[in-house]
Amino acid sequence: MIHPRRGPSPAQQVTPSTPRGRRRVVRLAALLVAPAMLAAACSSSSGSDSGSTGAGAGAGGQTSAAACAPTGGKVSLQFWTWVPGMDAVVAKWNAKNPDIQVAVKNTPAGNAGTYQNMFNSLKAGTAPDLGQVEYDTLSSFRLQDGLKDISGCPGVSDAKANFVDWSWAQAQVGGPGVYAIPQDTGPMALFYRKDIFEANGISVPTTWDEYAAAAAKLKAKGIAITHFPQQDANWFDGLLWQAGAKLFDTSGDQVKVSLTDAKAKQVADYWQKLIDGKLVATNLQGFSPDLYKAWNEGKVATWISAAWGYSTIRDNAKATAGKWAVAPMPQWSAGSKAAGNWGGSTTAVLSSSKHPAEAAKFALWLNSDPEALALANEKGGLYPANKAGLELPALTKGVDFYGGQKVFDVFKEASGNVDTNFTWGPIMTDTNRFLSDGFTKALNGQGTLGQTLDTAQTQTVSALKSQGINVAP
Amino acid sequence: MSASTHTGSRPASTRGPREVSRLSVVIAMVFLVALAVYFLLPVYWLVVNATKTQSDLVTSNGFWFADWALWDNLKGLFTRDDGVFIRWVLNSVLYAGIGAAVGTLLAAMAGFALAKYRFRGREAIFSVILGGVLVPATALALPLFLLFAKASQTDTIWAVFLPSIVSPFGVYLSRIFAASAVPDEIIEAARIDGATERRIFFGIAARLMAPALVTIFLFQFIAIWNNFLLPRVMLNDAKLYPLTYGLFYWQTQISRDPQLQTLVIVGSLVSVVPLIVVFLSLQRFWQAGLAAGSVK
Repeated sequence: MIHPRRGPSPAQQVTPSTPRGRRRVVRLAALLVAPAMLAAACSSSSGSDSGSTGAGAGAGGQTSAAACAPTGGKVSLQFWTWVPGMDAVVAKWNAKNPDIQVAVKNTPAGNAGTYQNMFNSLKAGTAPDLGQVEYDTLSSFRLQDGLKDISGCPGVSDAKANFVDWSWAQAQVGGPGVYAIPQDTGPMALFYRKDIFEANGISVPTTWDEYAAAAAKLKAKGIAITHFPQQDANWFDGLLWQAGAKLFDTSGDQVKVSLTDAKAKQVADYWQKLIDGKLVATNLQGFSPDLYKAWNEGKVATWISAAWGYSTIRDNAKATAGKWAVAPMPQWSAGSKAAGNWGGSTTAVLSSSKHPAEAAKFALWLNSDPEALALANEKGGLYPANKAGLELPALTKGVDFYGGQKVFDVFKEASGNVDTNFTWGPIMTDTNRFLSDGFTKALNGQGTLGQTLDTAQTQTVSALKSQGINVAP
Repeated sequence: MSASTHTGSRPASTRGPREVSRLSVVIAMVFLVALAVYFLLPVYWLVVNATKTQSDLVTSNGFWFADWALWDNLKGLFTRDDGVFIRWVLNSVLYAGIGAAVGTLLAAMAGFALAKYRFRGREAIFSVILGGVLVPATALALPLFLLFAKASQTDTIWAVFLPSIVSPFGVYLSRIFAASAVPDEIIEAARIDGATERRIFFGIAARLMAPALVTIFLFQFIAIWNNFLLPRVMLNDAKLYPLTYGLFYWQTQISRDPQLQTLVIVGSLVSVVPLIVVFLSLQRFWQAGLAAGSVK
């Protein structure tokens, strides 16, 4: 910021027609604005202006499964995605389908600005035909009428059985229509340090009570059982999902928000107890070098994470090769098999697309064709939502880093045990931000995770109301 | 005031170098060294960590070297996604280099005209341009996007290039500088000798204003080089990204591909190099610009 300050200095020797007082104001302005611009440019968009159309939830959702016939002729489609290596997968399609050519635009991750760009381009009429949309954001897109109902497009409805149950349910966004084709999922399981557990005579926890007991034993050895991240609200959502919490109901005319649901409170109170007992590391952020260091040094013994997390540990904790294993998530009641889900995306057809049938055809191929799934798994690390995709050779063999364990068998089973009725809220980006804010405070000793849910409930309700959305009392 | 100070060897009227106490020199040095360390530490960290492998990155001391992997990292950087990083470098050079050059020319011409030509509405126009300084770029991004969308020019080079060549601050600076550095007498003499207005601007005024123009160029170059918001709103094609946004794009994919961490770091290091080159090569002119007029 040297220039703006020094720039005006020649002004001091000049005596042009401008009166002195005014020049001072101008100089001051130049000084003030430049840093302000910088600060503004640095702050990432929070997505809080999403949903500004003010349409009531459920409104606009009543378009019947409209006829969806191919437009024919030579069609070119645009597809926005942030899966690494997607170009290579789409190149295969383009080679086989000269009449439906797809152009890939590689964008940053959705919440890093691409969703906002999609919403902007929907307003401006320059939106792509297809976009990568994560499950938790489908509802926001529906609210803005940003998605096309493709249930009438050839082949779409018949494909339902080919996809993991919960993923298809989410692609329907609580209605009879179909708004996207599931791409990948993140069924959750327990990554744990087999060697540490064995050395301390701890058996793999199958219930959350056993998990807490294991945490206490590990603490005596100076090891944290896991880290509780400030920013991964989506991870916590996955835990709530497993517990069977019903956070939202968007089926009626009004949105019902119940973040303080008894199941949700149970999860929050459980983790608060672990935090209070200093059984979990609260100073390590998800995906941070500090966390990776702790993994490498054996100071953190487990991570409850999604299928895609296997490469996160593999690539960032190389010193611990062969020492990790994967087991199903601990349960709230002994004997049950519920799993949560963290992450995953769909390939959605945006409402402005002029060729929904062709777009849907491509989306189906992309997420069903064995060759496409194999390549997307290899290049982009996608864990497919397609049931046949779960049988890919890469997903059925033992993984060296995990001592040869067939870790994906665990995730495949988890995938079938994910609650199909879990519903995301219409402004999930905001709700997750409210949760993260609360976590940060709770981890710093201000309030509890339970209070975080209370606060997020109030904040979500008022955010919905401010956007003109009917909220059930 | 006190007579004793005037009894020294020198008369008070001839100003010589003031004697500075040893203590204040030491204090100043310590302060400056502390500042230099503070500013250079992140750069040092960047240099050190750009030489590390992915696994050393998280396990070894961040402020000292581990196994030397800089060449591998650079190779990975320039070959990843079919060498898209080189595209980003070229894009940044295009947006920032040519954008700043054109922007400086426009600012110089506008500033000169506002300073030296008398016409109705001159002050009004100048005020409007100054108003532009006050409007933050953030506030303009979305309207610009909608504007470009109307012209079907979003996601093109022009969407980033055209807004970049406008610099209200540059116009302001040029006007102030032209008013002081270009004497009316020279212009009048040139006119009497039959020089065209174009010749007067390019042949005389622009040269006299050169130090200010270098400052404007540098300022504009850095502003465009670091501009993040505009590409973020306008572009969706990775081939058109400038360096800043390209590295950010990789950064957001780290959870899917942890190897990108090293590439983002080594890419950040490489992206600093052109800025340093521009700064060092133009520093001479720029310093001249700051001092110009101070001894008139």
